[in-house]
Amino acid sequence: MGLADVSRIMINRLTDALHFQTQALVLRSERQRLIASNIANADTPGYQAREMNFSQALREATGGAKAGDMAATQPGHIQPAAGARAEPNLLYATAAQTNLDRNTVDLDRERAAFADNSVKYEAALRFINADVKQIVEAIKGQ
Amino acid sequence: MSMFQIFNVAGSAVSAQSQRLNVVASNLANADTVAGPDGQAYKARQVVFQTQLMGEVGAAGVTVSTVSEDQTPGRRVHDPKHPQADAEGYVTYSNVNPVEEMVNMISASRSYQNNVEVMNTAKSLLLKTLQMGQG
Repeated sequence: MGLADVSRIMINRLTDALHFQTQALVLRSERQRLIASNIANADTPGYQAREMNFSQALREATGGAKAGDMAATQPGHIQPAAGARAEPNLLYATAAQTNLDRNTVDLDRERAAFADNSVKYEAALRFINADVKQIVEAIKGQ
Repeated sequence: MSMFQIFNVAGSAVSAQSQRLNVVASNLANADTVAGPDGQAYKARQVVFQTQLMGEVGAAGVTVSTVSEDQTPGRRVHDPKHPQADAEGYVTYSNVNPVEEMVNMISASRSYQNNVEVMNTAKSLLLKTLQMGQG
């Protein structure tokens, strides 16, 4: 094994944790957008609130689970959007209280989810910052 | 970048809610409008919200699709001395229900505030994201 290979593996090891947190950050921002859409449509008749299966989406994004792709055996086959973050696989929220306009947004639940997601987004950011700091220190060797 | 869509989503909701507030204001202003002898008084207006897709997965904004007019007959008051009274001595007022409009106003202003808060949170998160790796 040459020196180049060794250093490549070491860099991979260094940035493994960073990769995980990056995926988490991207998913958090997608969920944030989803919840913002629910809050925006709190008064729209017939709107069905959506939610993401976050743990499943994170497992798929970091390679822990298959996204459930369909087999494309012919050249003309179209690969549908797969995984828990894809539009057809987003979950539908059930209404906490029935109402006449068939809207299923529960504003209390959405605001709680929004606050929860913001804190966790910021946590992922801090983890990334700490990882970057660690990597830079390791490179400097001081 | 998916977080930037939040400004479009929440922004569309804010503008839809402010349009609703405008309609409430004109309804309340015309609550005591009197019709002429033809019986056509001011009709209460209501905005109709509709989901507007924003292109990316899960990004759904709001738009006002139509402004509909309430077709219920106006309030009729017997007052033969009124200059706008019809042949039977009745004056037709607008069909605005002030209590309904006040409830509508409170709901619109709460939704407006919620969306502004969403935008503020998204802004502060994005600003922190811009400083990634510097801290």
